[in-house]
Amino acid sequence: MPENNEKGEEVRVGVFVCHCGSNIGGFIDCKKLTEYAGTLPNVTHSEDNLYTCSEVGLTSIKDAVEEHNLNRVVVASCTPRTHEPLFRECISEAGLNKYLFNFVNIRDQCTWVHMKDPERAYEKAVDLVRMGVAKAAKLEPLDMIKVDINPSALIIGGGVAGMSAALNLSRQGFKTFLVEKENKLGGRLNSLYKLFPYDIDASEFVDKLISNVQSAKNLEILTSSEVRNIDGFVGNFEAEIEVNGSIREIKVGAIIVAVGSSILDPKGLFNYDGQKRISQFELEPKLKNKEIKAKDVVMIQCAGSRNDKIPYCSSVCCMTALKNALIIKEQNPSTHIAILFRDLYTPGTDYEEYYRRAREKGIIFVKYNEDKLPNVEENQVKVYNEYIGTEMVIPYDLLVLSTPLVANSDNKDLAQLLKVPTEANNFFLEAHVKLRPSDFATDGIYIGGSAKWPVDISEAISQGYSAAARASTILSHKEIEVEGAISSLPEINKALCTGCEVCVKVCPYHAIIKNENDEIEIIEALCKGCGLCGATCTNQALVIKHFTDDQIISEILACGGQ
Amino acid sequence: MSFEPKLLGFLCNWCSYAGADLAGVSRIQYPPNMRIIRVMCSGRVDPKFIIQALELGLDGVFVMGCHPGDCHYLDGNYEAEKKFEMTKKFLSLAGLEDRIRLDWVSASEGKRYSEVVTKFVNDIKELGPSPLNGEEPDEELLENVRAIKAAVSSERMRALVGRERKITEEENVYGEKFPEEKFNELMDLAIKEEYERHRILLALEKYSKSVKDLAKELDIDPSLVLEHMLVLKSRSQVDFGEIIGNTPVFIRL
Repeated sequence: MPENNEKGEEVRVGVFVCHCGSNIGGFIDCKKLTEYAGTLPNVTHSEDNLYTCSEVGLTSIKDAVEEHNLNRVVVASCTPRTHEPLFRECISEAGLNKYLFNFVNIRDQCTWVHMKDPERAYEKAVDLVRMGVAKAAKLEPLDMIKVDINPSALIIGGGVAGMSAALNLSRQGFKTFLVEKENKLGGRLNSLYKLFPYDIDASEFVDKLISNVQSAKNLEILTSSEVRNIDGFVGNFEAEIEVNGSIREIKVGAIIVAVGSSILDPKGLFNYDGQKRISQFELEPKLKNKEIKAKDVVMIQCAGSRNDKIPYCSSVCCMTALKNALIIKEQNPSTHIAILFRDLYTPGTDYEEYYRRAREKGIIFVKYNEDKLPNVEENQVKVYNEYIGTEMVIPYDLLVLSTPLVANSDNKDLAQLLKVPTEANNFFLEAHVKLRPSDFATDGIYIGGSAKWPVDISEAISQGYSAAARASTILSHKEIEVEGAISSLPEINKALCTGCEVCVKVCPYHAIIKNENDEIEIIEALCKGCGLCGATCTNQALVIKHFTDDQIISEILACGGQ
Repeated sequence: MSFEPKLLGFLCNWCSYAGADLAGVSRIQYPPNMRIIRVMCSGRVDPKFIIQALELGLDGVFVMGCHPGDCHYLDGNYEAEKKFEMTKKFLSLAGLEDRIRLDWVSASEGKRYSEVVTKFVNDIKELGPSPLNGEEPDEELLENVRAIKAAVSSERMRALVGRERKITEEENVYGEKFPEEKFNELMDLAIKEEYERHRILLALEKYSKSVKDLAKELDIDPSLVLEHMLVLKSRSQVDFGEIIGNTPVFIRL
């Protein structure tokens, strides 16, 4: 259906007030609110629905658009974060450009949070609807931007997550480049002995995975390689890879970040010396070579984590300690083992099984407190046992520290190249923890494995597959549409632009350039629509589509009662 | 009836707006004083938006973004902070600086969202209604706030604040870094000058005036007014109108 051309047409806003069952209607008078909405400027139709998002509600929007010749639609209901796509689709089915829709949040940010003051909740809803209508009247239709897709992918990191993603994508028929910094694929798996659950042999597992990767079609492996530069945007990235000292340029449509994590340097923790007091990571090869002869082993959990410096739980250390303690017991059943822990996380039946077995085998668990850290002496550990409320003295001839996985020190550099964010601990930050866990906010770039958060092998594989699946949603198309609500320098504003280039410098995505004609130009596919340039533009020439100055100021004026 | 302030909040789509939604999902109750405008990033909040809201008599304006380091758009919140700081400095010239606030709320901080909003509501209650609120707003203050709105929209201020992070956080080609204190001095001076200049421009809106008239009306030292007039003339914002007696009278262009 062709979209209505709004140019020169009278603005006709339709307002739909949702009861959301009793979630809204149970607290404020939706009928009265609907009547009020009908009195606002530019509103030609208003109605209330029991559930505007239901089939019935959506049909009534479409019918009203036709019957009243509406060219703007406002829905006052829940939150745009969950329901905006639905209503946008609804009005585009009714023949309107999807950007002519505006959302007013009167549930999550009104009735749900002001249940005990329904009178003032109603007042707030009235203001919010007035503001929403004011903005709606100023909305303009926008075009989505079409981008061609190069059906190939770059995967950064040749650990288990990266290899899983690479296998998945190459088997789907996409040309895939797998870049690994080290001279061998496999990442940390190469240094481990056995893997939980089921004590699978790590080298057997990783060798098989590597040989699958090496024999895969469409898959090119670049070891001893590092990404030096990334340009371009979704569907059309250009990457410079340094391979053994020389630069190789490759063009891909999507990028997956699977760089994994690093191990915290245990120096300074619990008298670590790398000999008698080692990390779990250093224990693995010793287990492999069956060289552990210790009679008394003590493991300390959360060594260096869950404190002010490293506030998070590294998630793999409890299982690593249980697995390694059981292996020691197996190799030498008379060994005494004590695991000093703060909390023990063994989620799911497979992992809990390790804990049960560990108890059966006589491994001792001592709960300590962050305020009373175990005191490691030359041959014994003094620890305050939380459960029995006294200090225990435990002798050892091998002390093993369960140190956390930490973000790679060069994550920031890669993040800068890719223009993606990292979080407070320097791990990569996904677009949304629940709704978009494998995506970055930047289109065409995805994430999997410990680069995002410490994960175990099975989780790394799942996340590698997940990132690959997300990448294939783009790679499987010849062209895709990207967000139209972005920055622009309208023809009419070009004379305002002084060419100061502050916008060029402030844009986090390098989406603004000065072109060969010495004019400011926005590379639309790169722009994410944050609006920073609009708030910065020294002569207010840039316009942020869908969040224009005019639209925002009309909301402010409406809030102030005008 | 006790004073119930009316507040406006600018919430970034990804963190604070999501945090506000989470407060809803968790049914955490907080006072219903704040109206919300959703923007994609706190970096979108133009200082003039904040001033516009205050000019209308709203009792307070809250800008919320993602926590430092967690910005969905890499570092939009740092830019937001710089713009906010400049806005606050301007408002302190009119005694309104406590009516605006900047804070960070993540998508998982529904509880914190309710807490910071409640705190802001209570702080503004303590402060009392905005002098620009109601039937008879403080006219002189209103003029000054209008001057601030024009000043934050001026090319000089926008260029200065827009470049602040590049200037103070990055080295130039010679490997030198511009010290922050020195930048702040520059900023403070610019704020004072542009505030006064935009007050002068507003004062000239209706009638042409001499330096002496302006100095008296705005309570600024005449020699300073003269300096400002020369700058404004070079910017083609004012010009000599006529000469009455021996005194040149300026008009706004």
